[in-house]
Amino acid sequence: MPADAASRTPPTPDRALGAVPSAGLRLPSWLVTLTMLLPTYAWLTLAILLPLGAMLSFSFMTATPLGKKEVAFTFKHYRAFIDQPYLIGVAWTSLLIGLWTTFLCAVVGFFTALALARATAGRLRETLLILVILPFWTNGLVRVFSWTMVIREGGFLDLLARSVWPDAPSLGFLYSLPAIILGLVHGYLPYMVLTCYIALVTIDDSILEAAESLGARKWTVLWRIIVPMAAPGLISGSVLIFVPVIGAFMEPRILGGPRGVTLGTVIEEQFTQAFNWPLGAALSFTILALVLGIFATFSGVLRRSSSL
Amino acid sequence: MTAVDVTAIAKSYGKVEVLSDITTHFPEGSFTSLLGPSGSGKTTLLRIIAGFVIPDTGRVTIGERDVTRVPVWARNIGMVFQSYALFPHMSVADNVAFGLAQRGVKGEPARREVQRALDMVHLGGFGTRKPKQLSGGQQQRVALARAIVTRPSVLLLDEPLSALDRRLRQEMQVELLRIQRESGLTTIFVTHDQEEALTLSDKVAILDRGRIVQIGAPTEVYERPRTRFAAEFLGDTNFFTGTVADGRVSLRNGMRIATASPLPANGAPVTLAVRPEKITVATRDAAPEDGLTNRVEGAIIASLYSGTALTYEVDAAGQRFKIFAQNRDARPLARGDEVTLSWSPDHTVPIEDAP
Ligand SMILES: Nc1ncnc2c1ncn2[C@@H]1O[C@H](COP(=O)(O)OP(=O)(O)O)[C@@H](O)[C@H]1O
Ligand SMILES: [Mg+2]
Repeated sequence: MPADAASRTPPTPDRALGAVPSAGLRLPSWLVTLTMLLPTYAWLTLAILLPLGAMLSFSFMTATPLGKKEVAFTFKHYRAFIDQPYLIGVAWTSLLIGLWTTFLCAVVGFFTALALARATAGRLRETLLILVILPFWTNGLVRVFSWTMVIREGGFLDLLARSVWPDAPSLGFLYSLPAIILGLVHGYLPYMVLTCYIALVTIDDSILEAAESLGARKWTVLWRIIVPMAAPGLISGSVLIFVPVIGAFMEPRILGGPRGVTLGTVIEEQFTQAFNWPLGAALSFTILALVLGIFATFSGVLRRSSSL
Repeated sequence: MTAVDVTAIAKSYGKVEVLSDITTHFPEGSFTSLLGPSGSGKTTLLRIIAGFVIPDTGRVTIGERDVTRVPVWARNIGMVFQSYALFPHMSVADNVAFGLAQRGVKGEPARREVQRALDMVHLGGFGTRKPKQLSGGQQQRVALARAIVTRPSVLLLDEPLSALDRRLRQEMQVELLRIQRESGLTTIFVTHDQEEALTLSDKVAILDRGRIVQIGAPTEVYERPRTRFAAEFLGDTNFFTGTVADGRVSLRNGMRIATASPLPANGAPVTLAVRPEKITVATRDAAPEDGLTNRVEGAIIASLYSGTALTYEVDAAGQRFKIFAQNRDARPLARGDEVTLSWSPDHTVPIEDAP
């Protein structure tokens, strides 16, 4: 049998938009393409380019253009990290929070999705999935404040502990990094569960059975087959979580208290209290550049796993 | 290379009994097909042998070892799935090496074994490709290489060729048979395709609603079906129902049909089966052939031409016959032609179950 008999690729039919035989009227293909892409570009302009462009121009101004002050062009806000070295410490805190939150979401989200995709079936699976996604649909402020009730000294956590052991020391850890991370994990976990779940349900049972038939035990199947095959889900979930968490301000402020100074809260202050929009905008773009830099560094990894 | 035995296996899902009282021996180095219609329990039986399904009762032994409670990964089996089930994130060579790695074979020895297995399926130069870059037939050959490279005690295949088109399937059948002979692996092959089962197997086990209704060599199950189901599932059959009278079977229309097989006592009801290709059809004036002592007269009511062969339908005193004939004569017979049908009592087989 010739080994390469069927490896030849069949000729792909011409699926270019303009080549679709339309009913009688034949428009030039570039026009058809343009017409179909127009709504997308219009939306991109309106939703991303305009606000982003406005912010970008603010970031080069000496003062917020809404006040009475004279506005001039400047680069000084982009020197903020040099002029105000404490911001480096703040950035480090944000990075730690981002990494921990993403890591914990990845671990918890992956195994939750695995349990949903593998251990349950049909209606039960859908119900559980909705329960997992529920934090998404609750008001963020309510969600975060409810955690303060639980983890403050003398909160529900302590009540629970003292119902078991009356002399238990307080377990409350409100106003700490772990508290911030807890709140963020709770809020952003659904992203990871969803992306991992989507990746995991596409894994055919027979692939796992094949591995087992070849002598692989459960853990080997998990590490050599399931995790690599779910990698695209893990990666996209991590990106979806890491980026907003770096800029999050609500959880650090409410759960971190005095410890909760992050890039997110600093930027938010520029807009709401200090009325220094240019600095806030410049810091935002600095973070954006930082995050893009991180992703560019890892894009080799990303590309390799997405070319699965 | 070990014999496999299943003993008194039963399995139910809820109230549905999927397998009942299955006892079979799969001899060392043999190629056995589990043949039956969809839903007859073939896959379930195969998965019980593999260990993916635990039977309600009964035992599975591979060689001397009772594996009924042994997990899949410890059974030393090779399995090939209809959907190929290759690991999409690994190269072809890594796929094949996976089972070796689980057995602690790594590095150069593993590489050599992988190459040998890939050469065996004529994919020697494809080791670095990803499964996605191969055609269906090639993927299934990788799956086969992956399953045999570990020298399993038993090779289990669940409809491995069903996803392939007809031409490729026939090529793969030849390949599979060659590889099975070369490796000498005890092989259990699930299929719903009777031709495939007859072509490949040393033994064919016919399953009907969770029971093995007949097991034997392909010629045996084809030539001497024991039940109406087995006869019909393995191909077309003419059935005659009558009663025993003086060593023959007397039909209601007066026909008397002889069989070389022993018959029950006079007056007992009997159903006989004759394969369509065993019947010779000739014009009335042709000289009778020796040995074909069952002779009836009738007329062609339908004639179907398909190149190498012809299918006739004949009416003889109210009894319908289906006949396959080689396309040998100058002129195929046509509707309305008066003919004589003749066949040997050797090819006339009594069916055991009720008519
Ligand atoms: N996990 C299961 N749960 C419930 N019913 C099952 C399960 N597996 C198989 N069955 C039923 O058992 C019967 C036999 O199935 P199967 O062994 O797959 O048949 P085959 O392979 O011959 O088509 C079918 O009626 C099927 O619906
Ligand atoms: Mg099946």
